Amino acid sequence: MKASRREVLKAAALAGGGLSLGWQLSGAKASVPGALSAFVIIGADGSIRITAHQPEIGQGVKTSFPMMIAEELDVDWNQVTVEQAPGNRAVYGVQLAGGSSATPTQFERMRRLGASARAMLIAAAAKAWNVPAAEITTGSAMLHHKASGRSARYAEMAEAAASVTPPKPESLALKDPAQFKILGRRIPGVDNRKVVTGAPLFGIDARPPGLMYAAFAKSPVFGGKLKSANKAAALAVPGVKALFDIAERRDLKTEIDVGLPGIEVLPQGIAVIATNSWAALRGRDALAAEWEGGDAAFQSSEAWEAAATRAWADGAQKPAYINHGDAPAKMAGATRRVKADYRYPFLSHAALEPINATAHVKDGKAELWLSTQTPEDARRMVALALGIKVEDVTLHLMRSGGGFGRRLMNDFAVEAAVIAKAAGVPVKLQWDRGQDFAHDWLRPAGWHRLEAGLDANGNIIAWHDHFVSFGKDGVLNPTAVIDASLFPSGVIRDYRADLTVLPFASTLGWLRAPINNAFGFVTQGFIDECAAAVGRDPLEYRRTLLGTPRAIPIAEEFSGETKQDAKGTPYNTGRMRGVLDKAAAMAGWGRKLPARRGMGIAFHFSHLGYFANVVEASVAADGSVTVHGIWVAADIGKHIVNLSGAENQVQGSVIDALGAAMGQRISFADGAVEQKNYGDFPLARMNEAPPVEVAFLSTDYPTTGLGEPAYPSVAPALAAAIFQATGKRLRQLPFDTELLKA
Amino acid sequence: MKLNINGKPVEVAAEPDMPLLWALRDVLGMTGTKFGCGASFCGACTVQLDGEPIRSCQTPVSAVGTGKITTIEGLSASAWGRKLQDAWVALDVPQCGYCQAGQLLAAEALLRTTPKPSDADIDAAMSGNLCRCATYTRIRAAIKQAAVS
Repeated sequence: MKASRREVLKAAALAGGGLSLGWQLSGAKASVPGALSAFVIIGADGSIRITAHQPEIGQGVKTSFPMMIAEELDVDWNQVTVEQAPGNRAVYGVQLAGGSSATPTQFERMRRLGASARAMLIAAAAKAWNVPAAEITTGSAMLHHKASGRSARYAEMAEAAASVTPPKPESLALKDPAQFKILGRRIPGVDNRKVVTGAPLFGIDARPPGLMYAAFAKSPVFGGKLKSANKAAALAVPGVKALFDIAERRDLKTEIDVGLPGIEVLPQGIAVIATNSWAALRGRDALAAEWEGGDAAFQSSEAWEAAATRAWADGAQKPAYINHGDAPAKMAGATRRVKADYRYPFLSHAALEPINATAHVKDGKAELWLSTQTPEDARRMVALALGIKVEDVTLHLMRSGGGFGRRLMNDFAVEAAVIAKAAGVPVKLQWDRGQDFAHDWLRPAGWHRLEAGLDANGNIIAWHDHFVSFGKDGVLNPTAVIDASLFPSGVIRDYRADLTVLPFASTLGWLRAPINNAFGFVTQGFIDECAAAVGRDPLEYRRTLLGTPRAIPIAEEFSGETKQDAKGTPYNTGRMRGVLDKAAAMAGWGRKLPARRGMGIAFHFSHLGYFANVVEASVAADGSVTVHGIWVAADIGKHIVNLSGAENQVQGSVIDALGAAMGQRISFADGAVEQKNYGDFPLARMNEAPPVEVAFLSTDYPTTGLGEPAYPSVAPALAAAIFQATGKRLRQLPFDTELLKA
Repeated sequence: MKLNINGKPVEVAAEPDMPLLWALRDVLGMTGTKFGCGASFCGACTVQLDGEPIRSCQTPVSAVGTGKITTIEGLSASAWGRKLQDAWVALDVPQCGYCQAGQLLAAEALLRTTPKPSDADIDAAMSGNLCRCATYTRIRAAIKQAAVS
């Protein structure tokens, strides 16, 4: 991301006297120098405005990024107002809410921007007062020269600062963290007051003048064709104004941020335009549209289950998917072998704000109001679909009512734009909850047949996995790829995985802690079984497995998200042991517990974050599970940007993972998703949410992100707790509590 | 059709069977009340009718009659509402924030009838409102803080 772009600091004078400082970008992504961004605006009136450019999806970035700038600008947080930037990469640089990537890639960039503005204000004051810049100090948006007793507000020097040549940001000294006044504190979200008073914030709240409302009838089976529809009945619904047949199929092979080779979008169906969403949705229902065929008509969860177990029975494929060391030889020489089969389902994102998009297409230009995690992708895809220039797509970046990876895709933006073009007026496309489930980009299901070879002491010396998941033409979908650098690879040196790819013809995507969210359950669950098989303590067993604190080098050929980590911090067993020990200490590991109550522990590394957690749970005679507490230890490096937001992210991720483990499953029959609403895809509720205690270890490593890495270690720790409570091992997500009856 | 919303008479040009949710959002432009599931599973559309939390997606406007509707836009008219809003902001409850209007309307009704709620009271009153970001730990803490403020 960094290499393809050059950015230069540029200042501008504000009308009325003031400083605006931002980046001007050029490079591969913007062939001509882009417009000047305004990340920091210091008005002559004393106002200090900071632009938040990242998509806010609930991860708190609209607060945490401006905090980074404000800290180095050396102003008080209550002196700052924050404004949301529109989506425009040529102006703001990368705008992406995904992969927990924003903080690790932009922490320094944001700090250096704030430091640059401060340096320019100091330079202006030094000139005005004719004193050395090095003698000027700052604080609370004030400049001071102690020797001469002079002081000025930033506002007074802003106009003069605008004509100072911006410094090279990398030349500036950043604050000593001991001097931080904003970073590391608990700062409430900048939009909290708007949230609690119901102010319009989200994509679904957009109401441009002349807005009409659209619903879209489309095939529940991906690629299905319209067979029949009762258009007269739809037009008879009060409020319905027009119907449009939309029959396009767009394979948008464009360079996009979401890491998939191409996005196939199907604006195929009937758009119903009405005076309100309810009429539009009723009109859609009145169509009673029937569909036939479709690429995905063969899809069936039952058939896939049979195919996966058949693949296991047929045995290993050649060549191996991952092959380190010599697992077969080590397995043959093992004192003991442990075998188990693990399974996990497709998952939907189920964000609470149902998919929607508002678009106005006129005179070769498009305007979008969008809850999206990838605004630049949305602009590019809409431009391609409409045959217009990216520069002619204006995107108002709205707060997302949940993302979780769903809003990395912009199929809905393309649909809305195509419909708005047909309608000729601004249109808000609204999916209902059933469509949100039916047309999601799902977390792929998977199967793992595992075998471990143990030495005479019971330690794992060989690992074999026959992995079955989904793709096309024998190629695994990127969202299912088990990266060859993922634990236990490297730690267990003799490690082989075989792969069988089952065909999938609708849409797979990224879901919070993608790949890891399932693989963490599989690996940690199985390690727990190995410990139990030889009668060892699950904590001690894991500590022994991790071994002496060391960095496991990451091989050249390894690809995927951990590649970024390969440059600075390969898998560090010491950091993992640090969080493992901390979580155990927090929970009081080894405490005596009543009957049918147990504690389980697990760890996982993903998205550059080291996490371990202990779950305490009890199981009633009827099999129902109660979680009494969860203790989480996290190592995401040196700084916690916003302690309040960070703790909230972890607690939320953990309870989210708990909900998924206890009941979430997407299944297919006759080609279509079977789940229609939250009634058959349950999320955790208040009465199921246990206390979650969180500790952050501060270690001397770069600061990394938090939207995802707390999730993967929860389900295996719960399964382990249930095993301690009942002696029954759960190897399939979601958990079948029928198996737990006394 | 005349409705009483947040203490004011409001004329609504809507079909009688239109759910209150859509009359608020699309006809009146009061977008603080949120669409979530359309089927009473999530509680995002919660408003109060004569002080009782209801699901506005399941309530036709014709069923409201002369009842007094309170939405998130009118919550600060209530002393409990203001305490809850302040606690929500101070304890930094929201992540995405989408469900919080419904959560607050449910919490205000709880505190009005049960000013010192136990954990079991909170579970009973709040378990109909989903939070996809799972901010339950903080919702619980904020209700308790509002109760003693």
